[in-house]
Amino acid sequence: MLPYIMKRFVSMIITLWLIVTVTFFLMHSVPGSPFDRDGKALPAAVEKNLMALYQLDKPLSVQYVSYLKSLVQFELGPSIIRAPETVNDMLGRSFPVSAKLGAVALTFAIIAGVALGVVAALRHNKLIDYVATVVSVIGIAVPSFVVAALLIKYMAVEWKLFPVATWGTWKHIVLPALALSFGPLAIIARFTRANMLDVLTQDYMETARAKGLAPWVIIVKHGLRNSLLPVITLVGALIANVLTGSFVIEKIFAIPGMGKYFVDSIYNRDYTVIMGTTVFYSILLIFMMFVVDVLYGIVDPRIKLHKKEG
Amino acid sequence: MSNLLQVENLHVTFQTHGGEVKAVRGVSFSLKKGETLAIVGESGCGKSVTARSVMRLIPEHTGKITDGRILLDGLDLCKLTEREMRELRGSKISMIFQDAMTSLNPTISIGEQIMEGIIRHQKISRRQARAQAIEMLNLVGIANPERRLKQYLHEFSGGMRQRIMIAIALVCRPAILIADEPTTALDVTIQAQILELFKSIQKKTGISIIIITHDMGVVAKLADKVSVMYAGKVVESGPIRQIFYDPQHPYTKGLLASMPRLDDDRSQPLRPIPGTPPDLFAPPAGCAFAARCDYALEVCRLHQPDVTDLTHEHHVSCWLQDPRAKNVFPLQTATGL
Repeated sequence: MLPYIMKRFVSMIITLWLIVTVTFFLMHSVPGSPFDRDGKALPAAVEKNLMALYQLDKPLSVQYVSYLKSLVQFELGPSIIRAPETVNDMLGRSFPVSAKLGAVALTFAIIAGVALGVVAALRHNKLIDYVATVVSVIGIAVPSFVVAALLIKYMAVEWKLFPVATWGTWKHIVLPALALSFGPLAIIARFTRANMLDVLTQDYMETARAKGLAPWVIIVKHGLRNSLLPVITLVGALIANVLTGSFVIEKIFAIPGMGKYFVDSIYNRDYTVIMGTTVFYSILLIFMMFVVDVLYGIVDPRIKLHKKEG
Repeated sequence: MSNLLQVENLHVTFQTHGGEVKAVRGVSFSLKKGETLAIVGESGCGKSVTARSVMRLIPEHTGKITDGRILLDGLDLCKLTEREMRELRGSKISMIFQDAMTSLNPTISIGEQIMEGIIRHQKISRRQARAQAIEMLNLVGIANPERRLKQYLHEFSGGMRQRIMIAIALVCRPAILIADEPTTALDVTIQAQILELFKSIQKKTGISIIIITHDMGVVAKLADKVSVMYAGKVVESGPIRQIFYDPQHPYTKGLLASMPRLDDDRSQPLRPIPGTPPDLFAPPAGCAFAARCDYALEVCRLHQPDVTDLTHEHHVSCWLQDPRAKNVFPLQTATGL
């Protein structure tokens, strides 16, 4: 297992380096600079000083090398627009918020999605299957901000069950988490249902019945495990996505998460923040893919990670 | 000795989009302790459905036992609730399926798959269950059982997988083992090994076996008695010697004649039974085999033959053997047997 992890680690570093390089040069090839403001140019002297301060006057290759150097020390640099805040400060403050919201949303999406998928498969072509299908299609088709708006209108404004927006107590998490979870929930439910239907017709399910096992043991022990493999792939990709925040949901609920930095930094050409958020997101995604691959091996023993021979 | 299992007049139907399929139409057989019954017939004749009905394992939404009794030690299995039936599955009656590759769970260790049956039916600890599983693997001839328990399906060969299936089926010491084409997916040498295994286990445990097959070679090797099924009915049944040496139903004769023999003249082509089985959506009014039968009479197409007792063990459903039919010629020439 250890050689596999080492090998995987090296390839993760290379992947990350590629992402950093492409992003860096792509970003600098976009016209404009962080100091353009609504078409009004700064006085030439001021701009020159600022460029010097952030080392933007140096050749691109020099900037690139110095950025890589600081990146190796996990130093993402100062924000150009929000000086004197550093990118590390910004991520350190906003990521826990996004991650907390994302974790709640994802936990709910996985539990409810898998449950809905399994029930739909067990009651194939019965009422509950159609209900689940409709819920899934709506969940995939309706954008999260529409769900968010509906949740706010009814659950917050009309029934006053939860606060309308902002961040603080657990009550503040409920509505944005629900809005955020709806899409992933729908996708997970579809996947689980399809896989479960396939697994239910497998011969080993009949062997399990022939042992006299109770139906729920057969479903959970023999069925669910075999139908979860594709779902794990899906969830791995979703985790990075959901934990790093949703710009739209965080905007609607005025949540101080990571999502807005992604978007704002690009509008502002805030170079260090663009790089910082991208690198952070990449690390998270690459790591989750690694976790998924390890999980494969645990869920399905036929998949061997560390042995190539045989 | 009284019968351990007695199936009387079993009827099973399936609801499909095309209508109702009468898969099993009045099957009766019995099984004594330590006895082996072979149910033979071609694909779709209802032999698997009959076997599954004994386990009450026919698909619950579409399949239904519409008539008949299945008596296990005098207890009618058809009248049991699903929960009561679960108590018997695996502990009193076990089943082995055709393809061990797909009938075992690929993501659960072999040991766990054997042990879960033990733990389900016996009040014992995991450690004791493990000991029993090891003992069982030894019995079915798998070396290094301690190490093998932790392994998964893909780490075993085809013959080993079937041995594991047998271990799973036998681990709670059931009284009856139903084996649905247990050797069909195996190559010939492994087939022979598995058949030997069945024999030795039967000798050691005194288990009764119902073996479903279309391979007369398997029947000859294993069975004490045979029920030949055609189109959902038993057309002939009797002790193995009488079925092989003195078959009375034209279908049984056809089956035996179609079997290739090592000592046969190789220049002669194989002798199949021409035609196909009838559509079980609408079974014919008369004998189901009449359309393919060389000896069919007018009465065969119009009326179903009754069961005729040739001896107290050998029964046949054929108008040619009916005491009411005129004895015109001895029926034996066509097949050369």
